[in-house]
Amino acid sequence: MGLIGEEVATEIRQRLSGMAAPVRMVHFTQELNLEYGRETREMLEELAALSDKLTLEVYDFLLDKEKVAEYGVDKVPATAIRNDKDYGIRFYGIPAGYEFSALLDAILDVSKGESGLSPETKEKLGRVSQPIHLEVFVTPT
Amino acid sequence: MRLAHQFAMESDLITADCIEATEFSDAATKYRVYAVPKTIINREQAIEGSVPEGHFLEAVLSAANSPESGQEA
Repeated sequence: MGLIGEEVATEIRQRLSGMAAPVRMVHFTQELNLEYGRETREMLEELAALSDKLTLEVYDFLLDKEKVAEYGVDKVPATAIRNDKDYGIRFYGIPAGYEFSALLDAILDVSKGESGLSPETKEKLGRVSQPIHLEVFVTPT
Repeated sequence: MRLAHQFAMESDLITADCIEATEFSDAATKYRVYAVPKTIINREQAIEGSVPEGHFLEAVLSAANSPESGQEA
């Protein structure tokens, strides 16, 4: 273990043991000119190693144009969290601190395949008829 | 943050990005992100801070339905 310490790894392994179905992390990065590109990829590799239900696929932002278009990724590092279905969940930047905990939440929710929202919220969201794009800005602390 | 992703799971028309503000400072500056979390809806409207599910839902739906959101264009 490098970026994720042994103690934290044990805790994460415990949380991921609650995963119901497999989850794919589809990661986009580039070799050059990306400040935290390498760290982000390493962190995802270490995370993927903590559960056999979690897999990581890595694509090059500049070379794998088809995948970039498929996932609608416009900046890197980017990571989509999906199961058989792509729900439109994306993480941009290094998953440290707050973003890391949001990433674990997303992995667990996607693994369940169930949003966990209240029936009223689900009903109202079911009536959404045009695209809604949410961008949530966070910082590690 | 979790609510946005839960919303994306619930509707095929909703997509949700979690963006590290310091790494993407141009976008953060463009959307005037001075405190986090800050949620931008369809590049126009904003929700400041962490709010309960019902409040987040109303804010998202009203922003998406506002004439300014430019969906008809």
